[in-house]
Amino acid sequence: MSGLDLSRLRDLAGRRAAGGLAALAVVWIVLGVATPRFLSADNLVNVTQQSAVTGMLTLGVVLVMLIGHLDISVGAVSGLGSATVAVAVVQHGLPEVVAILLAVLTGVVLGLAYGLLSTRLGLPGFVLTLAGLLVALGLQLQVLGRTGAVNLPFETGLVRFAQQAYVATPVALGVGAFVVVVVGFLGAHERRRRDRAGLAGDSWVRIGTRTGLLAALLLGGTLYLSTARGVGWMFVLFLVVVMVVDVCLRRTSWGRHVRAIGGSVESARRAGLGVDRTIISVYVLCSSLAAFGGVLAAGRLAAANQGTGGAELSLTAIAAALIGGASLYGGRGSAWSAVLGVAVVQSISTGLAMLGAEASVRYLILGVVLVVAVAIDASGKREGGRGRA
Amino acid sequence: MTPAPVLALRKVTKTFGAVRALVDVDLAVHPGEVLAVVGDNGAGKSTVVKILAGVLGPDTGTLELDGNVVTFPTPGAARAAGVTAVFQDLALCDNLDVVENIFLGHELRERGRRSGALLDEVEMERRAWELLGELAVRLPSVRVPVGTLSGGQRQAVAILRALHGEPRVVLLDEPTSALGVAQTAEVLTLVERLRDRGLGVVLVSHSMADVHAVADRIAVLRLGRHATTFDARTTSYEDLLAAVTGARVPGPTAGPPRRVSHEADARSSATGGER
Repeated sequence: MSGLDLSRLRDLAGRRAAGGLAALAVVWIVLGVATPRFLSADNLVNVTQQSAVTGMLTLGVVLVMLIGHLDISVGAVSGLGSATVAVAVVQHGLPEVVAILLAVLTGVVLGLAYGLLSTRLGLPGFVLTLAGLLVALGLQLQVLGRTGAVNLPFETGLVRFAQQAYVATPVALGVGAFVVVVVGFLGAHERRRRDRAGLAGDSWVRIGTRTGLLAALLLGGTLYLSTARGVGWMFVLFLVVVMVVDVCLRRTSWGRHVRAIGGSVESARRAGLGVDRTIISVYVLCSSLAAFGGVLAAGRLAAANQGTGGAELSLTAIAAALIGGASLYGGRGSAWSAVLGVAVVQSISTGLAMLGAEASVRYLILGVVLVVAVAIDASGKREGGRGRA
Repeated sequence: MTPAPVLALRKVTKTFGAVRALVDVDLAVHPGEVLAVVGDNGAGKSTVVKILAGVLGPDTGTLELDGNVVTFPTPGAARAAGVTAVFQDLALCDNLDVVENIFLGHELRERGRRSGALLDEVEMERRAWELLGELAVRLPSVRVPVGTLSGGQRQAVAILRALHGEPRVVLLDEPTSALGVAQTAEVLTLVERLRDRGLGVVLVSHSMADVHAVADRIAVLRLGRHATTFDARTTSYEDLLAAVTGARVPGPTAGPPRRVSHEADARSSATGGER
């Protein structure tokens, strides 16, 4: 039917992702030179574990950006999630699973409120979530009560999961190999289906290269991290959540509609999509992910206090989403943007801390990186906008 | 015309406040026919399309589908009855690719066991190419965001999308107004292909040249009234222009000269036109 080269499309879609990867490479090289300890397995384990927490928030932000909205309250919502889970376990003696569900439920409720107010009253997401930020912060302080801080005992399952649960190396390698095999198989399967349908598909070389790179990354990464504590279960959990969201975005009607709404709400509506329903679902998902990120943060810190979460975390998550390739203008970005972006941001934070840089310097540098990311986003908007007439 | 009209307006009147947009308009489109609707600005062309597409309801008069009186309370009702419209803004999502746009809201799922929720990209892409092939629309790839396509290609994508659910009548609102010469030709070819498929096509346009090139019959609206309908093969360009501007048709005393379009102006001066 056509022997078209699909590489042009890849160029368009992949340029932002490539930019994110390049940014990550630069950051790692610079920090690796400045402080060789940064690239040590032990430190990279820290980076991955910390990325899991911020990454959950970033993933939510990416989703909201995909519909062309913005949620600036994810930090505060995660703080509320932390407070809820800690207080429920420590002060009310609830089983951990129940406490975690309760915390996530606060996110669901808040997200539902955002979605309904946004779709029914047409309030802009930015203002809406600014109000939500204050509400979540108020609730967080109320939940924590007068003491203002709750410590989680170290024997709590959540704390052990977040601090000490690492995948045994053979298991990690086995799972990694399994993922590689599945990805390779799916690639080949897709290629055969496209052949049968008479469509141009990826070349076998390309499929092989892709699978090989993935194998190198997963297995090599696992082996390297295993020289220290290994791959944390929390990081694995984050990657699994990203993978699920990625499949939903690319291969379900829901995901297609999310991106369509980000491209043009009016067009989506006229195509007969359930626009309001989809917007509400995205807000709910974002706030739930944020609250769940808060749960993980509480586990990692073994505590929740008035400072957990907070505005800085929201901004970090938004910056990470943009650096990873999500767009403020809606409709562009993928679930993997969250992984890429959070890796860059977390590396910068950790690396600068290792260099003994003060918080002020960290903010300044993150600010500059963010401006660069937004500038790239804006230029992409110009290219991706209306073509030649 | 021997076959019965598939879609018709009978004595339709529509007013907006004190403005009479349409007065006693009769129009009919037959299967396998391109009916052009032309007229100056404010002649009521857009109102005609909106009534046919179910966006507006007529004040008086009726719509007939296959000779039966119908009402289209919503655009969805019109679509369900087989009448679909492509408006000027095209309503595409620029960030989605061609396949995604064509199937938006009608995505195909995989029929396999267990994977019923996942989209069948391969099948959608295959059908997209099939449709493009049937209508001889040329695109570099169906996997590029439509925002990167030319105006003519975007128009083609919007028309292909409108073909979902096997419509019987396609309404095109100023499909070439923003296009260059080559792209206009492409879109007009596509319009002919639609006709060849047996669809009734209602083409609303400013451009006399386009209309003359592709239409079978040309309905002229002037000041909300249906002035006349021409057979495109036997009508000269000058007659058409005269009908649009009102130069030869009895009616209100001729006002100040009206602009029709650049092409029309150029042509009328070249041939020593009426004005």
